[in-house]
Amino acid sequence: MTNIDVNALANAKAKGERPYFFDDPAVERVLSITMAVAAEVAVLRERMDTIERLMESGTAVTKASIDAYKPDDNAARERQEWHAAYVARILRIIHQELQALEDESLNVSSKKLADAQADQ
Amino acid sequence: MSAILPPTYDRTGRHGLTPEVTHDDAARFNFLTNLNVYLGQRVFPGIKQAFEKRVKPKHLARTGVDFTSHRDIRDEMRADPYYQAWAALRVNTMEMRQQAGRHVVLRQYDAMTEKIRAANAGKNTLQLDDKVTVPEYLSQVDNHWMPGSYYGEIVPGDAGAVASYEVGLFVTTAGSMSAFGDGAGRAIVKFVKERFPNFQPKRILDLGGAFGINSLPLAAAFPDAELVVMDVGAPALRYGHARAQSMGYTNVQFVQANGEHTNFPAESFDWIQTTMTLHETSANAVVNILKECQRLLKPGGLMLHLEQPNFAPETPLWERFTRDWDAWYNNEPFWAKFHTMNVFDLMADAGFARDTHFDGRAKADIEAGRYQPWAGTLSRHSPEQKAAMSQQESARKGEGWYLFGATKST
Repeated sequence: MTNIDVNALANAKAKGERPYFFDDPAVERVLSITMAVAAEVAVLRERMDTIERLMESGTAVTKASIDAYKPDDNAARERQEWHAAYVARILRIIHQELQALEDESLNVSSKKLADAQADQ
Repeated sequence: MSAILPPTYDRTGRHGLTPEVTHDDAARFNFLTNLNVYLGQRVFPGIKQAFEKRVKPKHLARTGVDFTSHRDIRDEMRADPYYQAWAALRVNTMEMRQQAGRHVVLRQYDAMTEKIRAANAGKNTLQLDDKVTVPEYLSQVDNHWMPGSYYGEIVPGDAGAVASYEVGLFVTTAGSMSAFGDGAGRAIVKFVKERFPNFQPKRILDLGGAFGINSLPLAAAFPDAELVVMDVGAPALRYGHARAQSMGYTNVQFVQANGEHTNFPAESFDWIQTTMTLHETSANAVVNILKECQRLLKPGGLMLHLEQPNFAPETPLWERFTRDWDAWYNNEPFWAKFHTMNVFDLMADAGFARDTHFDGRAKADIEAGRYQPWAGTLSRHSPEQKAAMSQQESARKGEGWYLFGATKST
């Protein structure tokens, strides 16, 4: 066996200065860690889905049967629909920021309304 | 608009070098693929809104004049919070793809290296040359955040990073490139068969073909021809040769050389192809490569390049900004300069007569029904959906790939 540190090498930095887009690089770091965790939640969810489908079909649930599982067209579609809904939930705030940008009427401040009414 | 769903990772093709991909690896790739699709279809269109509603009005208020440079758009977009989120997610998603692909390959590193060694041993169809050096335009930064790029080795003699490139390619292309990721190669074949129906090449050179992912469709379409896949990177050639062998190709050679100045004899090829290669070189290298194509082609031979179309004088600044993005932030620095070069002038300067020049579009020919059970959904984009996709996606799924080329005068 070649003695390589798989986890360190998988994480190797590519050559080139990494662009940081947020004003504070710490925000970028938190986003990156959050998305990595989000990916692992999706992995767990897909594994649960596989286990459920194996059990429904009466197949013994083993590590091997999980790795060998291939969704049929219907299961594949349902799983992709779940992924699409999941990504949409995670990135909800970005969707809403775009809506706020497109439609000014969505941005009336309740605080200002409250202050204005209280001061009358 | 109903969601456009990519195929699941398990539908990808397997060959003798494909690493073992566990259930959870595939699930991770499925997440990243869906994330990419969401970023391209749902988040990316919003950066134009951010530009029109925030960045441009601020610029006009400050300077009194509209933007005159897409680099100024780039620099002023950097302050916009919506754009920041899209750009950060896009870079991060590419990094996650690279990390996931590398982990798959590296944990079975010994088995894969042994498979490659066994497949290549004693084969004269793999010709490496340790005198070939990696040019600076490839070694300064790793293209698309791929650690080690196409030429790096972890242990001398290995396949480097290209195996992980192939494992993760599905994520970035959302399965639009066919089961073996060779959609561009298939599009080239379709284009050539339609445009030159009587063309029967005997020797074909894929210059800068890396591990041959888009070269093999040429060998399949012209089984009587000899295909040479040429690249500067030995690891890509080692992997590509073993991969092609495992897929049953007997008419393909993998040769290490620099496309600016090869050792092939003059007039030794009927067809020279580059596929998404030129934009990863340099302004000098493109000139040298085209001159080398002129030298290597037989009279009447075909030179063909698959690329993104270059900018026209009327290309809007916003489009320039979105299309140069990968040059600035996806480590493909020459692409910005290449976008401004006139490929027809370049071909003329290299000796290709202008009356032999041509260009056109070709669509990737993917196996609908087998690979993509919902291929119909994928191909029926409304104009709004098309507009929402990134330039690259629309090139792949919409109007097709851009090709340009020339024939060598007899």
